[in-house]
Amino acid sequence: MKARVHITLKSGVLDPQGRAVRNALTSLGFDGIDDVRQGKYLELDLTESDAERARAAVESMCARLLANTVIEDYQIELEEA
Amino acid sequence: MRAAVVTFPGSNRDVDVIDALIAVSGQRPGIVWHRDVELPDVDLIVLPGGFSYGDYLRSGAMAARSPILREVSARAEAGVAVLGICNGFQILTEVGLLPGVLMANRNLKFVCRDIHLKVERADTPFTGRYEAGQVIRVPVAHHDGNYFSDADTLARIESEGRVAFRYCTPEGHVEDEINPNGSINGIAGVYNEARNVLGLMPHPEDHVDGAQGCSDGRPMFESLIEHLA
Repeated sequence: MKARVHITLKSGVLDPQGRAVRNALTSLGFDGIDDVRQGKYLELDLTESDAERARAAVESMCARLLANTVIEDYQIELEEA
Repeated sequence: MRAAVVTFPGSNRDVDVIDALIAVSGQRPGIVWHRDVELPDVDLIVLPGGFSYGDYLRSGAMAARSPILREVSARAEAGVAVLGICNGFQILTEVGLLPGVLMANRNLKFVCRDIHLKVERADTPFTGRYEAGQVIRVPVAHHDGNYFSDADTLARIESEGRVAFRYCTPEGHVEDEINPNGSINGIAGVYNEARNVLGLMPHPEDHVDGAQGCSDGRPMFESLIEHLA
């Protein structure tokens, strides 16, 4: 089973990198961008085949290492291998 | 005072703090490797500055999950003094011994220069040789020093008097214009609830001898010796 994990900054947390990317896009002539938020994306190949157990395991991985929940949220997508 | 310095792959201020401890205490600290699972019987544990594990994932995130940190946490909870400097501060927040998080500097630049700090209180093991409200000059050298916590946590650490140092002007005014990294409320260092754990971004260990141009960091180590001897 494959797990795709998106880690994003919580709303309200300043994202200076996202803002720099927005400014660079604007300077390239891409108009109409209100905001850019930069995050992280991880793919995990799991031996677990049960979706419920896989989700529980990845939840625990996010809470204990992959995300810092003081400033970050995470979303998990599972896909049959 | 018996001290141990924990080193990780990517630590680079470990020798600075070892030298500072020798200069001030006359005793060589023990050196503990990140893969070790036991600490010697010590009064002070130091997590030094650097870029442990190349700052992979987040600054301090990997080091916080290394075997030795379980033992550091157990000792901290038993009351042993723990000092985390720069990357050491990042590790202490990642492992949950200190609240909040160190984010990328607000201007996305690595900042490396002397700054001024206001000592918030002088009744802790780390600051007994300072005066409350005293201004000291020490260097900073970091990219991820922007202290942040949610509003409830911030209110709690402020009301409990757990801010150790704030960035300030040479006259002691905490102003946003001189804040080197965007830290909330100008926070440069925080204590745990029991005040035996201190994390700070600046480097007091690099200002312990007049030959370094300033010795404003020396009283921190003298305070620890006085308190722990």
